[in-house]
Amino acid sequence: MRFGVVVFPGTWSDCDFHYVISEVIRQPVKYVWHRDRNLADLDCVVLPGGFSYGDYLRAGAVAGRSPVVEALPEFLARGGLVLGSCNGFQILCEAGLLPGALMRNECLQYRCQSTNLLVENTETPFTRALRPGQVLTMPISHGEGKYHADPEALRTLRQRNQVVFRYATLEGKVTRAANPNGSVDNIAGIVNAEGTVLGLMPHPERAAESAMGGTDGLQIFHSLLGSLVEDGTFLKR
Amino acid sequence: MKVRVLVRLKPGILDVQGAAVQRALAGLGFGDVRGMRVGKLVEVDVDATDGAQARARVEEMCRRLLTNTILEDYTIEVEPTERLAPPGAVR
Repeated sequence: MRFGVVVFPGTWSDCDFHYVISEVIRQPVKYVWHRDRNLADLDCVVLPGGFSYGDYLRAGAVAGRSPVVEALPEFLARGGLVLGSCNGFQILCEAGLLPGALMRNECLQYRCQSTNLLVENTETPFTRALRPGQVLTMPISHGEGKYHADPEALRTLRQRNQVVFRYATLEGKVTRAANPNGSVDNIAGIVNAEGTVLGLMPHPERAAESAMGGTDGLQIFHSLLGSLVEDGTFLKR
Repeated sequence: MKVRVLVRLKPGILDVQGAAVQRALAGLGFGDVRGMRVGKLVEVDVDATDGAQARARVEEMCRRLLTNTILEDYTIEVEPTERLAPPGAVR
């Protein structure tokens, strides 16, 4: 699977993603500059975490209108997959590729900590290797990760099974105490209606080797690799 | 032409920043504050022949970038041109 890791001014997780893809799962990967619209030779585009454009105006607002992001609908239409983590999730929401928005953490603090994620939907190319009800441990690192969607959008998300990860206890209980940022319904990650775009606030690339303290994030990468079938297309939902 | 955009969180969306500022004010003895919402002011200087055109352009900017309409409401104020005259100028 050919990966492209997008780099905006202010991105900080680009090298981490590049390292995990090239050295841990050993797949071809290249950096994609934010002004680049050519995604023709890629299967999966990664929007990493960081502070693109200094988070000016709103987190992800300026990056959400950048040339590379404007090229994503066409990339998706021809069968590509998009993974956005942290600032990448904010960018995908700002660009309208995922519903809802991310706002200031309810606690007003920047939260850099480990979180437990209840897996709700395993019928996506990003979660195919997981079991529903499984709990993954991954770090978060953000000040603006409170997911918000109006009641109607939330209903649609639930009906279409678009909620993929929810903050929970290690035992998989969705509690208020397990919610680090005040996200509605403890939502930590969602997919688009087609299941081809995943946005999540946690950092799978920071839980990909035992030296990092955990390898649960690797399961997202393994799911992606397992979704690649012989004719070069992806198993969708 | 000078245009001001006032951006605020939609009613009903918890404004944690406003709540924190309100608590800080209460600590300074302003316990009489009944509510507080913190918003944003964007000042735009746009080339336009009249106020209506300036408003329409800024409206489009708001929809496409300046605001996130999932979270925010906005109001647009076009500054009357006579206010742009230098101080003391004869009207």
